[in-house]
Amino acid sequence: MSPDRPVTTETGQRNSAPFPVKTIVSGGFGVGKTTMIGAVSEIDPLTTEEQLTVVSAGIDSLAGVEDKTTTTVAMDFGRLTLSDDLILYLFGTPGQDRYWFTWDDLTYGAVGAVVLIDTRRLPDSFGPVGYFEQRGIPFVVAINEFADAPHHYTTAEVRDALDIPGHVPVVRCDARDTRSSITVLLALVDHALTHPTPPEQPHQPIAQGAST
Amino acid sequence: MPGPAGAPEWDEAWETCADEQVRPYAITGGRTRPQHSMRLVTLLEAAEAGPVHGLGPESARAVELCRERPCPVAEIAARLGLPVQATKVVLSDLIDRGALVMALPGPGADHLQLLEALRSGLETRLSHVA
Repeated sequence: MSPDRPVTTETGQRNSAPFPVKTIVSGGFGVGKTTMIGAVSEIDPLTTEEQLTVVSAGIDSLAGVEDKTTTTVAMDFGRLTLSDDLILYLFGTPGQDRYWFTWDDLTYGAVGAVVLIDTRRLPDSFGPVGYFEQRGIPFVVAINEFADAPHHYTTAEVRDALDIPGHVPVVRCDARDTRSSITVLLALVDHALTHPTPPEQPHQPIAQGAST
Repeated sequence: MPGPAGAPEWDEAWETCADEQVRPYAITGGRTRPQHSMRLVTLLEAAEAGPVHGLGPESARAVELCRERPCPVAEIAARLGLPVQATKVVLSDLIDRGALVMALPGPGADHLQLLEALRSGLETRLSHVA
């Protein structure tokens, strides 16, 4: 560990830190992702920006040549210290669904995801639901109850409309409310416990040989 | 706009022609790949209690952020106002300098144990919310 020795994979590491657990809050634009993160987080939600190279879809012949643009996407996140050994980080997915590859880094090692739904804009939810289903990441669907929604759909109606598998919980919540949002996270953890999908990826992909 | 004391002088022409997408990588000397592999929630902490001399403003701030408690890459990036990838390069250099260490969790927790601990922690938190 002496600093003047050449850097190897073992140097620059310490092995007594809390376990960082990552949870994703997803859903369409404006559905309340940051609100939910803020309701649970012990800090005001922070925004991390990442610049990504986006290759225009459908122009494969130019991929890797010139037809690239750089786009900045923003990810909100919050933190909740649960014990000396455990810190929960909540990450919101960027609102635009064409940046899936951002999500892969974002969701890497996540224990699960909450897909927030606004029943006035159900089609916005197809992307996130399909993404987590396909990736085998445990998720729950949480209907954010907007006070001015014209009609309160039943969870069965939402499940039917979004073709959500029977084992995936569909719950109601108020994303502004801490209790309600934590209850959603508990539903997610219970779901992940009862439907274990061993992660293909470790929680912490750095030097985790000891825990696999 | 003059940088903080000790920072290299900013070339104004460079600053105006290069928008915010280029500036972060000027800080990293044009490098976009960190030497050390890290993720958004990889925690870092300061290696030494005392100040580290000769660091640029971003690097110095990063070390300060990691002094009180281990800080994840995503939070450092947010507080520095740098993209995640550029932040990783800065942090990787700080690891090589011996200013920061990656704070990895101790061994022991498997996936189910982690979920149980998460549930227990959330239930405790719920019971404390009015």
